[in-house]
Amino acid sequence: MSLDREQVRRIAHLARLHISEQEAAAYADTLSRILGLIEQMNAVDTSNVAPMAHPNEAGLRLREDAVSETDQREKFQRIAPAVDAGLYLVPKVIE
Amino acid sequence: MFDKTVAELSRALGRKDISSVELTGVFLARINKYKDLNAFITVDPERSLAQARAADARIGKGGAGALAGVPIAQKDIFCADGWRTTCGSKILSNFTAPYDATIIGKFNAAGAVCLGKTNMDEFAMGSSNETSYYGGVKNPWDTAAVPGGSSGGSAAAVAARLSPAATGTDTGGSIRQPSALTNLTGLKPSYGRVSRYGMIAFASSLDQGGPMCRTAEDAALLLNVMAGFDPRDSTSVDAPVPDYTQTLSGDIKGLRIGLPKEYFGAGMNPEVARTIDAAIAECKKLGAQVVEVSLPNSQLAIPCYYVLAPAEASSNLSRFDGVRYGYRAENYTDLLDMYCKTRAEGFGAEVKRRIMIGTYALSAGYYDAYYLKAQKLRRLIAEDFRKAFESCDVIMGPTSPTTAFKIGEKSDDPVAMYLSDIYTISVNLAGLPGMSIPAGFDSKGLPVGLQLIGQYFDEARLLNVAHRYQQATDWHKRMPKGFE
Repeated sequence: MSLDREQVRRIAHLARLHISEQEAAAYADTLSRILGLIEQMNAVDTSNVAPMAHPNEAGLRLREDAVSETDQREKFQRIAPAVDAGLYLVPKVIE
Repeated sequence: MFDKTVAELSRALGRKDISSVELTGVFLARINKYKDLNAFITVDPERSLAQARAADARIGKGGAGALAGVPIAQKDIFCADGWRTTCGSKILSNFTAPYDATIIGKFNAAGAVCLGKTNMDEFAMGSSNETSYYGGVKNPWDTAAVPGGSSGGSAAAVAARLSPAATGTDTGGSIRQPSALTNLTGLKPSYGRVSRYGMIAFASSLDQGGPMCRTAEDAALLLNVMAGFDPRDSTSVDAPVPDYTQTLSGDIKGLRIGLPKEYFGAGMNPEVARTIDAAIAECKKLGAQVVEVSLPNSQLAIPCYYVLAPAEASSNLSRFDGVRYGYRAENYTDLLDMYCKTRAEGFGAEVKRRIMIGTYALSAGYYDAYYLKAQKLRRLIAEDFRKAFESCDVIMGPTSPTTAFKIGEKSDDPVAMYLSDIYTISVNLAGLPGMSIPAGFDSKGLPVGLQLIGQYFDEARLLNVAHRYQQATDWHKRMPKGFE
């Protein structure tokens, strides 16, 4: 499997990464080489194998639906790029 | 003082031969003297010395624990309240953590002193520390060579005696491979043994924090503090934690060492092979037996890993959007453009490659062929280990196929770099504990690491075998020239 520039641009868009034309060409080359390595997986028949998502297959724990954290909004928002009145600021999305 | 182990320093502090403030000062001075190694991203002497003063007060009152007053360097992947925490990335260059990772909280509670935040490959993605936004790290054994990665700063710091011990994290070999390349004793615990809360996530089903030290005894002392159930980590395992220092000295007569035939074939440098053979012969002298085992799917570990780790990374790293913390691009036209420019400017080339591979593997139409296929191979790899452990107690082999390579040698070829982790990656896929211990040197004087792999939650046995080996050998005591 090798990727062309158009596919790289589509992947970059899905990943929310801005890339230039020049970069798209370079990524098409390196990502194709990495996919070449990955395709060694196809050498093995896995049709009767159950996927393993995780080493800990006992499953996830449930916990009480109770408040366990204190409100630290001010502390956490101090490190944000732009906040106002307790809200995170981003460029306008609705005209 | 700087050449003493954690165990020795702990005793010296307890006897009040030295204060934590003096000791912290000794190491801070060495960090400054050898700053060309670039082992640290952030040092904050005032913060460290304040912790040292508090530790001295505790020691003065009596009853302080083994790590009270001992300086420890923390990999810059662990959030530490009030410390800049960058994860080796530009995107977190202005990030001061507002809370402590669980293990940082545990070290603080034990009275350990945080000596600083160590350099690392960006988001732990690399095997040479060359992907750090803050520059590469030099290997104290050869300053033209890499220290390994991703915990390269921790490795260089401990090897050069800038810190008695450090923490690392290991997703595909990032504790064991740099330990091997710098002559350290590094332990990646079983998945679920050490909390991941506050440890910036790379691949959540593979990541695990652990100690990087000079001896197995020190690794036991650190693991005693780091290990344990944490309700804040949904994958933390609620199992009792033994006192790892209590079983270090047990006899290893009759121990069955499994040697995977796939690990001793082509691909391993002949000098590494000779050193590993000699280390195994030493274990036999200590009473161990050797059996051949097979891990038939081990050659699939790298392709499998380079689907699963990037897939998980692409999801984990979606949180870096320039909205809530970290870097935000200066020029953008709208919200989407702000995300795309922030991430394009904030992430380095290797991180972007992995995000794109992961995004592709998870995208509609490709999920079964890549992600699901890799998860099936993961099962086969884990099964290989289960079968191998039916006839042995520990598995041994090399940690890395070569000794430390030169800076720049592999940095332009991601695929060649990925192959550095051929012997370590399968352990993460299975979730098993693994260790690297000093086993000797090649003809250039570069260290070789012996890898020990154990059954789930059998860290105590790995530490026991490593300790017995270190009592019979002195490789782990060697210090790189120029750092005396």
